[in-house]
Amino acid sequence: MIPDLGKYADTVLSAYAASIVLLIALVLFSVIRGRKVRAEMEKLEQRMSRHG
Amino acid sequence: MIALLLRDLKLAFRAGGGFGLGLAFFLIVTVLVPFSVGPQAALLSTIAPGILWLGALLACLLSLDRLLALDWEDGSLDLLATAPLPLEAVVTIKALAHWLTTGLPLVLAAPVLGVLLNLPAPGFLWLVLSLLVGTPAMSVIGTFGAALTVGLKRGGLLLSLLVLPLYIPTLIFGAEVARRGATGIETQTPLLMLAGITAATIALLPFASAAVLRINLR
Amino acid sequence: MSIAAKANALWKYANPRKFLATSERVLPFFWLTSASCLVAGLVWGFFFTPDDYKQGSTVKIIYLHVPAALMAINCWLMMLATSLVWLVRRHHVSALAARAAAPVGIVMTLIALATGAIWGQPMWGTWWAWDPRLTSFLILFLFYLGYVALWEAIEDPDTAADLTSVLCLVGSVFAILSRYAVNFWNQGLHQGASVMRAGAVTGTDTEEKVSNIYFYPLLLCIVGFVLLFIALVLYRTGTEIRARRIKALLTRERVNG
Repeated sequence: MIPDLGKYADTVLSAYAASIVLLIALVLFSVIRGRKVRAEMEKLEQRMSRHG
Repeated sequence: MIALLLRDLKLAFRAGGGFGLGLAFFLIVTVLVPFSVGPQAALLSTIAPGILWLGALLACLLSLDRLLALDWEDGSLDLLATAPLPLEAVVTIKALAHWLTTGLPLVLAAPVLGVLLNLPAPGFLWLVLSLLVGTPAMSVIGTFGAALTVGLKRGGLLLSLLVLPLYIPTLIFGAEVARRGATGIETQTPLLMLAGITAATIALLPFASAAVLRINLR
Repeated sequence: MSIAAKANALWKYANPRKFLATSERVLPFFWLTSASCLVAGLVWGFFFTPDDYKQGSTVKIIYLHVPAALMAINCWLMMLATSLVWLVRRHHVSALAARAAAPVGIVMTLIALATGAIWGQPMWGTWWAWDPRLTSFLILFLFYLGYVALWEAIEDPDTAADLTSVLCLVGSVFAILSRYAVNFWNQGLHQGASVMRAGAVTGTDTEEKVSNIYFYPLLLCIVGFVLLFIALVLYRTGTEIRARRIKALLTRERVNG
């Protein structure tokens, strides 16, 4: 499955792992915060409209 | 204008203004260096120009958060903003006062501390010259940083985080002049670069500082 | 539509509501295309490109290192542009987009630095060298940190937008100055920008070129990173707009009692 990376296997794999972890963490944090803020805003808007 | 400068100088000399604190800090940092790297004269004389530049830079940084804070707290900054004097001139004078009370003493103290670090004889002239040319830029850049953070309660740490990256070009060229001077290599190119940076920051950065101050005074 | 009208039409996206609606519509497209470009480019690069005769399999790191480094710089340029738009035209979306982009830039810089260090270890025999390019990226990282810290520190949103915009302008000038200073201070190990050199692209340059075998998957990865950056910034700007709206609503509530 994984191609023969020779003696640099650790190097290449750790570079890929580090980058992909960082990218996924960035996307995940963005989405989690985005969802939270959006839910909070919708709740607030509903409350405001009910109270006029 | 001169009245403002005199007032600032007087404030700095009075207790709490922080005059002398920068100098003492510079001295202590320099004294601590041999304790951390060892007392070998050859090693010390190699790193002396860099250490002295870094020490001067940090000493400069130390007094920045007092630069505008006193005037901010007692409201005289608002008065200055509405005064006929343009705010650009005010921040330039503030920077000048900072240089006279912090930068210039550092320049004068540097050769004495150079002796402590075993700075090679030809290096003294270049060290003093490079600091003399470089410290005004540090005051002007520092004024910009102080203007950015003047309204903040915990501005001190943020101020260092903002100002230190801006000091990098000055530090690189200034320390390069001192280092080359100490080893007897030609110093003209970095010295010209350093002078160029200083001249450009003095000419342009007060506009940014004044703009930032206006935003903060809104 | 005339050019002026088109330019005017562009500005209507500066309306937060309009921006939210539009970004909602286009975001799935950007998420999808960026993910497919990235997966395709990385799989192609990782599994189906040969080893370099000199660098062995480490050459595969290029598919992450170069796009991340490009985006680290482009992100700052985008922040500079949006900061200028905010200072001149006072569009809130613009200022918030700069704020939303900064953490993305930080991560891109981190990826470039990390993959560079991991790559440098076997090639140069050291994780880190004070090479001009490496040093410049480290300095860029410091500028990002200061920028984000200033945003976080200031309470009033408009003041924060103004101050960070000015910092971004001044910081850009000093970042370029630092780049030249660092070049002067130390000539480095790092090869020149081999990817974007015209000779490298056309394949006429024999030395240090990125040959076509590596170039096409790399291009795909770069496109993927660009699309991912756009998706992230659009999404995060939406979050910032909503966060700002929450703040405004709460203030109004407090005023009305």
